[in-house]
Amino acid sequence: MKDFATKAKGAAIDIKGVSKHYGRFKALDDVDLQIQPGEFMSFLGPSGSGKTTTLNLIAGFTDLTRGEIRLDERSIGNTPAHKRNIGVVFQHYALFPHMTVAKNVAYPLQQRRVPKPAREAAVRETLAKVQLQDFAHRYPSELSGGQQQRVALARAMVFDPSVLLMDEPLGALDKKLREFLQLEIKRIHRELGSTFVYVTHDQEEALVLSDRIAVFNKGKIEQVGTGMELYTKPRTLFVGQFIGESSVLRGAHVEDGGAAVFTINGTPVRAARPAAGEGAHVILLRPETVSVHGAASDAPEGANRLTGTVTEALYLGSGVKYEVTIPGGTVISARMANAERLLTIGEEATVAWQPQDSILLADDGSAAQM
Amino acid sequence: MSNSNTKPDGAARLGWAGVRRHPLLLVLPALVLLILIMAVPLITIIARSFIDPVPGLGNYSWFFSHKLNLIVLWRTFVISFWVTISCVLVAYPYAFAMSVAGPRLRLILVLCVLVPFWVSGVVRTLAWVIILQDTGVINQFVIWLGFDKLSLIRTQLGVTIGMTQVLLPFMVMPLFAVMRGIDLRLIEAAKSLGSHPVKAFFQVYLPLSLPGVFAGATIVFILALGFYITPLLLGGPSSTMLSTLVQQQVMSLLNWGRGGAMGVILLVATFGFLALASPFMRRKYDISGGSK
Ligand SMILES: Nc1ncnc2c1ncn2[C@@H]1O[C@H](COP(=O)(O)OP(=O)(O)O)[C@@H](O)[C@H]1O
Ligand SMILES: [Mg+2]
Repeated sequence: MKDFATKAKGAAIDIKGVSKHYGRFKALDDVDLQIQPGEFMSFLGPSGSGKTTTLNLIAGFTDLTRGEIRLDERSIGNTPAHKRNIGVVFQHYALFPHMTVAKNVAYPLQQRRVPKPAREAAVRETLAKVQLQDFAHRYPSELSGGQQQRVALARAMVFDPSVLLMDEPLGALDKKLREFLQLEIKRIHRELGSTFVYVTHDQEEALVLSDRIAVFNKGKIEQVGTGMELYTKPRTLFVGQFIGESSVLRGAHVEDGGAAVFTINGTPVRAARPAAGEGAHVILLRPETVSVHGAASDAPEGANRLTGTVTEALYLGSGVKYEVTIPGGTVISARMANAERLLTIGEEATVAWQPQDSILLADDGSAAQM
Repeated sequence: MSNSNTKPDGAARLGWAGVRRHPLLLVLPALVLLILIMAVPLITIIARSFIDPVPGLGNYSWFFSHKLNLIVLWRTFVISFWVTISCVLVAYPYAFAMSVAGPRLRLILVLCVLVPFWVSGVVRTLAWVIILQDTGVINQFVIWLGFDKLSLIRTQLGVTIGMTQVLLPFMVMPLFAVMRGIDLRLIEAAKSLGSHPVKAFFQVYLPLSLPGVFAGATIVFILALGFYITPLLLGGPSSTMLSTLVQQQVMSLLNWGRGGAMGVILLVATFGFLALASPFMRRKYDISGGSK
């Protein structure tokens, strides 16, 4: 066991009213976020939405325009980056090309004047954690992308930082390696107990890794929650569409009997609750709540029904996946357990779902298909 | 088209496919030129140093038995050394600024290095004469301040200043080329790992820029060894460099043998220096660190 530091427990991060302006451009606009000690928090959002900016503010690479960031109750606004004791893993690895793997990993310990024996032991132990013990004497350029990223991870965690920031660390790697390293990162998070903040634009990655996800859009956080919360109870159309697969239905809507009713292609389509607030609303559907039937009479009792043409029918083994295009061009996707018969493309079909599965959201003008 | 098919066989063989098959064809013109303007005179000089006026090692024993020659040879190396050091010191921050500047500022900085380069060395050296002479700009200022005038011209200091300015582009350009390839985000990484920015510079940036320093220093040092005009115009008897001695022997005394011997000695010394320096120029690592 390392003897130079007691095992770090994760720190709480409190981001309060933080803004970052570049000239007149607001890269971050009045963001609030509380991250729990030891939590795995992902920042998810499209490119340019302010994820890296937030990470850089926490790391101390940029100064904030307004607001405050606290690390375990301690405001860190005036603490320079090298005194924050926060580990950072960069998308571009940022390994020191003139140092071997072992020297790279020893670097943060050297800065902290850890004596040589303890340093060497810690380097060996950490390299073993990322399964690179046999590569200690290689130079970064002699490693594959995945190996380099593991060195970067080892270097960022060898000094037991209370917070580990990762900016799209797997972005440059192929899918298979990415999935493998996701599991590694999750395991390391469990072992270390530090607070992890992980930036990604890949919603699947965010779902696999995180305790909670903060969804960024245009310099603001739209919603913070567990993957399940974001998937089943998105608060905005942007979040609903960014996480998971979805179909969006638009149409004139009225309130009727304490619930919103939309008229789509002349057919009434119900939600289970009234629309909150003014303005246009839409219905968002998750594919697994939608069923597709060859005959309208097969649709379950009390369900919303729309008719259309099957434009995609895929047999997936574990189930079937359909896309049904209704008149007007809207595509509704559905995912069902195995049906008795696979509908064929071009066939007339009825899509059906229960009113409580209609996710009612204000129309914020997000693109209908992503 | 039919006329393209009627190309004579020889032209077809020298066409693009021919060049691809025999890439040496591309270096042929340069090779001819080099042989004519380099190899032939060089061989002549080497030959004459051994046979002129009488066959034997007379010219070499003359060189090594006259103390003045050895002093000048040593001085040539010392001056070249200081010129190299001052070039590094001036060029390093300059090249760094160039590597981090925006495109417009970078263009201006590049021009500032290159424009003097397009002006002939004689003209630039004469400009330095005007600046450094006893009644020059610097001394007028020093006297106006109430101090004694400085001896700048006809000293090694003056020669060093002038040569530094003339040779600066040869230091700036290789440094800039290397620095442009250094990822500045490595400094951020070092900071996040607990390194003070100043330390991060010495531990990360400086080592990565050293190949540029060595490349530039080698070029500057070797060019400085053979400098003629600048030491002649800015220097005095106490700052004579070897090329001046060569010139005296050949042009004034018509002693081609001794001049040739000095040339050969300088050449051998230069190669010796290159051999000493080459281990420093090799790198075990790839500067990009493999990041894409
Ligand atoms: N140094 C800078 N100067 C000006 N604009 C910047 C700077 N850094 C980032 N931005 C802008 O801030 C916005 C957010 O960037 P960033 O946080 O990097 O987004 P991402 O979510 O992709 O990581 C982008 O529009 C980007 O162009
Ligand atoms: Mg980013």
